[in-house]
Amino acid sequence: MLLCWLLFIPFIGGLACWATSRGRDNAGLARVIAFLSMAAVFVPAVVVWFTGDFSLSGDPSIAPAWQYEIAADWISRFGIEFHLALDGLSLVMVMLASVLGMLSVVASASTVKSCVGVFHANLLWTLGGVIGIFLAIDLFLYFFFWELMLIPMYFLIALWGHEENDRSTNTAAAVKFFIYTQTSGLAMLAAILGLVFLHYDQSGVLTFDYNQLLTTDTSGAFGMVLMLGFFLAFAVKLPAVPFHGWLADTQANAPTSGAVDLSGILVKTAAYGLLRFALPLFPEASANFAPVAMTLGLISIYYGAVMAFAQNDIKRLISYSSISHMGFVLVGLYAGTMLALQGVVLQVLASAVSTAALFILAGQLYERMGTRDMRALGGLFGRLGALPGFSLVFVVASLGMPATGNFLGEFLILFGAFAAHPWFVVIAAGGMILAAVYALYMMHRVYWGNPDAGGTIATMRVREYTMMMALVLITLILGLFPNTVLHVTQTVTHDISSWFAAGVIAAAQTS
Amino acid sequence: MNDTWFQILGALPPLLVALSVIGLFVTLCIARHERLVYAMTVGGLNLALVATIALIPLGPVAVTPLYIVDFYTLFFWGVILVATLACAAFAMPYLSGFNDRREEFYILLATSALGAMSLVAARHFGSLFVGLEALSIPLYGMVAYTFRTRASLEAGFKYMILSGVASAFLLFGMALLYGATGSLAFTNLIPAGGYDADAGPWMLMGIGMMLVALTFKLSLVPFHVWTPDVYEGAPAPVATFLATVSKTAVFALLLRLFVSAPITDNAWLLTLVGVLALASMLIGNLLALRQDNLKRLLGYSSIAHLGYLLTTLVAGASLSIEAVAVYLATYVGTSLGAFGVVSLVSSPFAGKDAAHIDHFRGLYYKRPVLAVSMAIMMLSLAGIPLTMGFIGKFYILSVTMASGLWWLTGGVIVGSGIALFYYLRVMAILFMDRPAHAREPQLSGTGDNWAQTVVWLLAAATILMGIYPAPLIDLAAVAGITLGS
Repeated sequence: MLLCWLLFIPFIGGLACWATSRGRDNAGLARVIAFLSMAAVFVPAVVVWFTGDFSLSGDPSIAPAWQYEIAADWISRFGIEFHLALDGLSLVMVMLASVLGMLSVVASASTVKSCVGVFHANLLWTLGGVIGIFLAIDLFLYFFFWELMLIPMYFLIALWGHEENDRSTNTAAAVKFFIYTQTSGLAMLAAILGLVFLHYDQSGVLTFDYNQLLTTDTSGAFGMVLMLGFFLAFAVKLPAVPFHGWLADTQANAPTSGAVDLSGILVKTAAYGLLRFALPLFPEASANFAPVAMTLGLISIYYGAVMAFAQNDIKRLISYSSISHMGFVLVGLYAGTMLALQGVVLQVLASAVSTAALFILAGQLYERMGTRDMRALGGLFGRLGALPGFSLVFVVASLGMPATGNFLGEFLILFGAFAAHPWFVVIAAGGMILAAVYALYMMHRVYWGNPDAGGTIATMRVREYTMMMALVLITLILGLFPNTVLHVTQTVTHDISSWFAAGVIAAAQTS
Repeated sequence: MNDTWFQILGALPPLLVALSVIGLFVTLCIARHERLVYAMTVGGLNLALVATIALIPLGPVAVTPLYIVDFYTLFFWGVILVATLACAAFAMPYLSGFNDRREEFYILLATSALGAMSLVAARHFGSLFVGLEALSIPLYGMVAYTFRTRASLEAGFKYMILSGVASAFLLFGMALLYGATGSLAFTNLIPAGGYDADAGPWMLMGIGMMLVALTFKLSLVPFHVWTPDVYEGAPAPVATFLATVSKTAVFALLLRLFVSAPITDNAWLLTLVGVLALASMLIGNLLALRQDNLKRLLGYSSIAHLGYLLTTLVAGASLSIEAVAVYLATYVGTSLGAFGVVSLVSSPFAGKDAAHIDHFRGLYYKRPVLAVSMAIMMLSLAGIPLTMGFIGKFYILSVTMASGLWWLTGGVIVGSGIALFYYLRVMAILFMDRPAHAREPQLSGTGDNWAQTVVWLLAAATILMGIYPAPLIDLAAVAGITLGS
């Protein structure tokens, strides 16, 4: 019941928003409905957070321990079920989705002026699709949501894109995003089908159920090919170099307010997919593939950092910095120890929050200055109220300063990976220096330097101030009390790391 | 009930269509009344549809050695009848501005549908040939129906000449097979050395020639060159018919031939079919990329879709027949919707190139429901979840993965990736700002409302089947079992 509530509220809210746009466009009502729907997802999630039992049960279990589970027949011919479940990992992700969802509604309040109802409908449907991804454990259903959220996302970028560009540039960016994701998604669908038929050959049961597919023996070359199908889809979404081509264009053309970037960040939480599907389903193939994946991670860390340094558009800079962050995630995932996986969860959350904050700030800066080109900016510190101060906080968070969640995430990842892969860690740690370089360089170019004139240009509104304070608070909680999150996800990461460890042993034996 | 009556009962749906064709001829001799002719056509087709549904509990009936009415036949009869009805609904408003005799169009339409039905039930070369010609010959007339438009006349000639050549190939192929096996029934086409022996060169040449003719009708690469020209020149409802009914009937026949004729079980032949499939999906999609005319674009995309479909023949998995049934049903439904919107918007006889993509720019602000339907159809053709096109694509990927055909799986994925580009382009254009010089879609009274309702129904069905495909899958599964056994 709870799961259906979490899943369907955004979709129903989206319909309601659409309904307000029929006849005369009632903008305020649509915003309120959108905000309330996301709040209606957030509140029950918090309740589960406090009441759920996420304690570590000693031995790693064979089947995952779900807090809530619901299943109904859907397409019985293929053994496809409407199967939702929630554990600590999905809970954390759903909460992230609802928080970012509320933020995007608030952030878009001043910039989205046309077709407000339809805009929010699309926004909510995207978020609903994302929440579906986090809850679905039938692989068909998972794929269904994975593709479903593309459509509203496409419209958001194509129709409400950055106003400086003309329509066709935005559409081109939207199409690029769609093609990248959909094509890699089809590779995943093929891999899902391959896995299902493999399981059918082994057990005689045709099913798409995650719990049952976990028992499939996926060793050997065939398992490797299937794993690569999954990896391709997730690497595109993450994105890891060399599959990152869509990201900067998409985010540079997304609506100015940053609303869509936030859902974009969610879309990129392909780390969830890798953690939930690629590692547990293919432990042996993943272990064999780890050096390659970690190398890709290293390349992403350095490539993202260097490219970020070279950008003039603030939003492009932030996009490339998130590629760099995701490089760490990839390193941590394929290290596979429990510590590293916990670090991955923390890094995903912290990076999502800090990147979201920077996107919103970029949007607000654009609203005031009329440009995002850093060459045209400078000397703004003290002239925009609290905005430069908040920017400093999140820039510092993004480069991994202690007391922020980003620091702990990177630290846990590197710490957890060191025992098995010391050289990867040494090289990856160097990337943190580059992060400081590009982040501070951006700060320098935009906010420091000689002001053109004195006096205040504009201060922050209460709405914007509250939003930013909330994000600062989350970053600090993640940085100072990481156990609030780590406690919830420990069961999941413990299971996955033990499955992965078994895969490493099996891989060592066969080679 | 004695045997003859039983056979007549089995053949009731095509008999009803045939009766309505005769009825139309008689009516036209007495009086010209467009409404009456239309009503008789639609009534006859609907009666045939009801009869088809009523025959479901009957079980397989062999109607003479020429035809077999099993569940597979009934399934595709249903698809053909629904598609023909939709074509008739689109033709009514389309022809309303046509300044000549409009009534004969419905006779041609019904006759052609009759040919398609005969083709689906055929299990003998005789009925195959009769069916194919009964399908094609009225189509020449339909393609060139608005013969005062140069493009239409040209398309008609092109289709007629190439079709004639294809028929010649078909007959020659049949003759060779007859010479080698001494039989015309599908199931008796056994290689000289028995069931497991390899077919000799003459038999391969025979089946290859038949394949040439059938792939021409299916417009598969390398016999696809006529498709975009004919689609562009033909009146929109006729292009709809070509893309749906004609393709369905010929493919259903091809599948029956491959499943029941033992000589098609030949590794060399199957590889050849696989190469054709791969070439069709890649070339069709690549050529569609740069089209500005929506009818041409849909023409090229249909080449690609038939390419996807052909992979099932290569796979030969137990799932194949079911996959074909589901894919064809979803493809027909989606194509009907897309062509329906095209024929409603590009209302005829106001200059050339009415299907140019510019006329669709900003359609959302003029005809929102039509534009949303079109967007749904594009998503469905692209195979995005929530639409029934996805279920079809899911089946194709299932079949290729289950048979371990990696190269074809890769082809389907790459092809779909390319296809997204042009489908999304059409979709984006629907929601762009409307230019001042765009032609306003005309409304022409009741016929137009009918056609619109059909488009809406198709859009609703596309979404419903996309969310809950179980009923369609169950029907297709039964069709698959009856043919497979």
